[in-house]
Amino acid sequence: MRNIYFFIRKYFNFIFFLTLQVFSLYLIAHYSKYHNAIFSSTANEITGWVNTRYNKIEYYFRLKQTNDSLVSANERLLNKLKADYRLPDTSVSSSLEALPLDSLEGFRKYSYLSAKVVANSVSAQNNFIVLARGYGQQVREGMGIIAPNSGIVGIVTLVDKDYSLVMSLLHKDSHVSGKLLNGGETGTLSWDGRVPNIVTLSGIPKSAKVAKGDTIISSGFSTSFPRGMLIGFVDEVIAEKSTNNFLIRLRSAANFYNLEFVYAIGNKEAGEINSLLDKAKKQGQ
Amino acid sequence: MNTLLKNIIRFAFFILVQVYVLDKIYLHRMVTPYIYFLFILWLPFRMGRTMVMFIAFFLGITMDSFRHHPGFHTAACVLIAYLRPFLINLLIPQEGADTNYEEPSFKSMGGMLPYLIYTGVLTLFHHAWLFLLEAWQFGNIWYFLVKTLLSTAISLLLIVITELLFAREQKFRTNTV
Repeated sequence: MRNIYFFIRKYFNFIFFLTLQVFSLYLIAHYSKYHNAIFSSTANEITGWVNTRYNKIEYYFRLKQTNDSLVSANERLLNKLKADYRLPDTSVSSSLEALPLDSLEGFRKYSYLSAKVVANSVSAQNNFIVLARGYGQQVREGMGIIAPNSGIVGIVTLVDKDYSLVMSLLHKDSHVSGKLLNGGETGTLSWDGRVPNIVTLSGIPKSAKVAKGDTIISSGFSTSFPRGMLIGFVDEVIAEKSTNNFLIRLRSAANFYNLEFVYAIGNKEAGEINSLLDKAKKQGQ
Repeated sequence: MNTLLKNIIRFAFFILVQVYVLDKIYLHRMVTPYIYFLFILWLPFRMGRTMVMFIAFFLGITMDSFRHHPGFHTAACVLIAYLRPFLINLLIPQEGADTNYEEPSFKSMGGMLPYLIYTGVLTLFHHAWLFLLEAWQFGNIWYFLVKTLLSTAISLLLIVITELLFAREQKFRTNTV
């Protein structure tokens, strides 16, 4: 017993060192959105607060870019206005009078919430974005995030009261499904941790016709993004030797370097679809 | 100034500079400079090893909470805090120099070269361990090696510039031995 005591006393520093290292490695390996340590919520609130203060200063230097992107987003939306089209006169039908005032609201599937980016990184191997909009302002886990030019940015993984954490496309665990606009083949997007703004699309069969500059859009298979959101443009097509698939490198449509405002996409049917999937999983067990 | 107060200010300063200045600069994908761990290198000589490791742990986890994935910086900081006393014992020039001066610097380590070896080795260990843990998930050894060496070089350059810009006064305390 005495010897054990002396041993611990003699090598206390080394044991302490090993304990701290093992603890850090445990954090790295087991930290995911499901394992939020107790400090994480508090830490997010604190870093979120500091980030907001800093962002207030930095924001001034980017006003011009932000303005430009918002103007171009406005322009695109204006072009979609009904008033721009000549529609056939359907008001003669008498059944219209029985409809509620906003007849489209009942059929709405996706809704958009604007959010301010307060922290963003591209240089790490796993990048996150912090939004100054949280649970209290209708942001929920699993919502898709797009840039003003409707380029996909990421998916919400953690929501606090006033802030939410977005797993950017530039993250090892981010797997969004993408689709060729021309051919319609779908594949999975991932990031290899190297160059920001360049992501990889895998799982496209070699039979597909792909050329440099082709557009990749979201497939609409997940509950996060509607079909047809921009993902990026093909930069390089590599034929994988061992499989029957292409490996496609693409430039992302969203510019991750200067995100200022983003939109979160809420899906009204997400809850229903997810509960169905859960049921299917339970039955499978 | 009081050592505790001085170190608290340094702590906040290094974290803010790292998060809001260095992390915002995108030099190259192979080069991500770090300087915040200089805080650990500047801690006083007479501070116990357990205490240094504890402070390094706290520094690392603060840094990690800005990156939203805890563990990486914590592990790297604890490693260099553990290695620090070995290097100081190897490099300190004469008996009692570590009691005559308060903290490591050009002057107290007995010249530019020993101090550069001290910072160089610890920077290399910090970067190597950090990038190894990060690269583990991607599994690319060349990427890891090149990134470690290039980043170490740039970080060292930054550290030397910092040392020259913010020269710390080191009083020689003869009556302490």
